[in-house]
Amino acid sequence: MKIQSEKDLKYIRQEYAKTLYTPDVTKVNIGMAMCGIANGAQASFQKASEAFSGDNGISINKTGCIGFCEVEPLVEIFENGKPRVVYKYITEDKILDAIQDYRDGTFNKKWIVGQMREPHSILEDDIDNPLANVPLLKGIPVFENIPFYDRQVKIVTRNCGYIDPDSIEEYIARRGYFAFFHALNDLEPKQIIDIIKMSALRGRGGGGFPAGIKWASCAKHDSDRYVICNADEGNPGAYVDRSIIEGDPHSILEGMLIAALAIGSSQGFIYVRHEYPLSIKRLITAIKAAEKYGLLGDNIGGSDFSFQIKISTGAGAYVCGESTALMSSLEGKVGRPRAKYVHTVDKGFRDGPSNLNNVETYANVPAILLKGAEWYTSLGTEHSKGTKLFSLVGNVTNSGLVEVPMGISLREIVFDIGEGVPGNKAFKAIQTGGPSGGCIPEKLLDLPVDYQKLTDVGSMMGAGGMVVLDEGVCMVDIARYFIEFSKDESCGQCNPCREGIKQMLTILTGICEGTGKEGDIELLEELGSMLQKFCLCALGTSVANPVLATIFYFRKEYEAHIREKKCPAGFCKALVNPKTDKPKN
Amino acid sequence: MDDATSEQSGQEEIDYVELDDIIEKEFGSDKENLIMILQAIQQRYNYLSEGALNYLSEKIGVPISQIYGVATFYATFKLKPRGRNIISICRGTACHVRGGQRVFEKVENDLNISDGETTADNRFTFETVRCIGGCSLGPMAKINDDMYGRLSSDRIEKILDQYE
Ligand SMILES: Cc1cc2nc3c(=O)[nH]c(=O)nc-3n(C[C@H](O)[C@H](O)[C@H](O)COP(=O)(O)O)c2cc1C
Repeated sequence: MKIQSEKDLKYIRQEYAKTLYTPDVTKVNIGMAMCGIANGAQASFQKASEAFSGDNGISINKTGCIGFCEVEPLVEIFENGKPRVVYKYITEDKILDAIQDYRDGTFNKKWIVGQMREPHSILEDDIDNPLANVPLLKGIPVFENIPFYDRQVKIVTRNCGYIDPDSIEEYIARRGYFAFFHALNDLEPKQIIDIIKMSALRGRGGGGFPAGIKWASCAKHDSDRYVICNADEGNPGAYVDRSIIEGDPHSILEGMLIAALAIGSSQGFIYVRHEYPLSIKRLITAIKAAEKYGLLGDNIGGSDFSFQIKISTGAGAYVCGESTALMSSLEGKVGRPRAKYVHTVDKGFRDGPSNLNNVETYANVPAILLKGAEWYTSLGTEHSKGTKLFSLVGNVTNSGLVEVPMGISLREIVFDIGEGVPGNKAFKAIQTGGPSGGCIPEKLLDLPVDYQKLTDVGSMMGAGGMVVLDEGVCMVDIARYFIEFSKDESCGQCNPCREGIKQMLTILTGICEGTGKEGDIELLEELGSMLQKFCLCALGTSVANPVLATIFYFRKEYEAHIREKKCPAGFCKALVNPKTDKPKN
Repeated sequence: MDDATSEQSGQEEIDYVELDDIIEKEFGSDKENLIMILQAIQQRYNYLSEGALNYLSEKIGVPISQIYGVATFYATFKLKPRGRNIISICRGTACHVRGGQRVFEKVENDLNISDGETTADNRFTFETVRCIGGCSLGPMAKINDDMYGRLSSDRIEKILDQYE
């Protein structure tokens, strides 16, 4: 069947809303993004599928990641008219017991995260909550109110964990592709761009460039224009794009479709890193399904708009996340950035006008079109609107995916949502922005999440990795870690980057190994400011940030390494651990 | 190369019909698909041999120097044969601050090889990867296509035992 109109969408929506909200069977939804699978979700899926293979009264399904990675594998179980219960740590040995627990109505608290009360997405405000008349279970927390979730606002993760990512119908059932048909039938390209401009949506890949302005610059060209999605996510510590792709791939396709309409493009590309095989698989399935329904291909919805999406994979080069390098890699070449005096919106992939946005940027678009720019700008701060998705990881009690409104404080993220540092250890810093970012100390935790505010303190919003560091982490070692990363990842074509990073690494390694000397810190600062000024691309100009930020906030730690040959965190093996007064090794 | 030596070094005769299938059928001999073609060849043969690269160069009309340029630029590509099992230890930030280094050192010591090397019996090749994106489960590792999270130096030892 080819979908021709909103009417066709409504028909599918109605059909599948039933399987999502009021099924005739016991529904068992197993969270099966890569992280769930690594924790054993695949095995429990198989076990349950086999155990109930002849049973028509139960259906075993997979979903993406609902975000609370710490307690994975997560499994949600429900029946029509009964509570929806989310179980935690459900590995193969527990899956059958969990199903039994639900069917018997025992509801063993130890196994349960909470009862879900609002299964609808933020886009489904046009229908009633199916749980409105279902009584609350006593003594079981409400899922949406537990500390990990109660501050979250799910826009880009609106479907992650709630649908089978391989089912286009379930995506449609949650008002998927309605925004695209609205754009196709009711809006002129310029109107779409105006809405995106008014929403003040900024690129989520790290740079924060306003998406509407980028679209407009690309749209003014006549030659073949390209719409490209950056799913390279090479930033260590970030897995937000992976989670969106694995949980809700159609939201990206729909965002790209709308961008293509606005810009006047007929060809799209998604550049995915090959380290994400499951993401690649789910995107391929999604594209095929969209083609089958006529949502990708020629004359979409019976109009004269045609659009195709092709997937291309990276091959393990962080620098290929940079826009010009990415486009060169898409052409099958070495991924070396070029100077950007000619913008990629004018001359990018195949020398044509190319619009590149991040996965999360595209996933925001359908929501903005359906709910309006005004709604979107009601969330956030003056210069940063909407939400930002973070992967909260490292030394934190509740690690996982958190989507928060811009403007929330870092303290709330770490201590309320994340519930602080585990194991009686003290908090030391959080690292955002990966190898281009910095480390933010405790005293600045009341800072709001905002592009400008994070840059002001020497860090950056980044692509979404937020790594919590406890007192056992050595800040010199962290700086050394990032510089080592960047040394491997520098493309090597410009001198300051290639040579400067290497020298910084030599100095930092020396400090960690006890051979640091007076003047090293100053030399690092000098090298850092040289790199910031003279490198060709943003990898180089931001590469010194982790070093400069740790020197700025943790200079004493550097000095202890150099002058007293002590590592205050007790991490560096060659140095004295102040707690034991002995070298670690 | 006779059979005995080729088996020892993990090399395999190239089947040109099979290469054609990858280059032509799967990727339409399109230069723009070079990176994905190299991935497919490596997936099939475990590494990129000189013979395969020369053949590819002629087939898609890209100079061999440029193909080597690409094959050596991207970290994924290996120009030397690899072992039967490939261990990739994640060196992402979250794994690093959760003790990933200890897992790394354990593998290094137990197998007596360092990053990029293969054991003498061809059983394991040891590699590192910059973040597999399973940060909440760190330290993580991937062995062939299997993912393992929440590793410790004890656990990795037991896991390695499962791979022949
Ligand atoms: C070294 C480097 C790596 C980057 N990696 C990524 C990445 O993995 N994903 C991403 O979306 N943007 C990445 N970027 C930012 C892109 O260059 C570009 O700004 C972004 O994809 C544009 O999309 P947006 O405006 O929607 O954020 C990187 C930039 C640099 C300099």
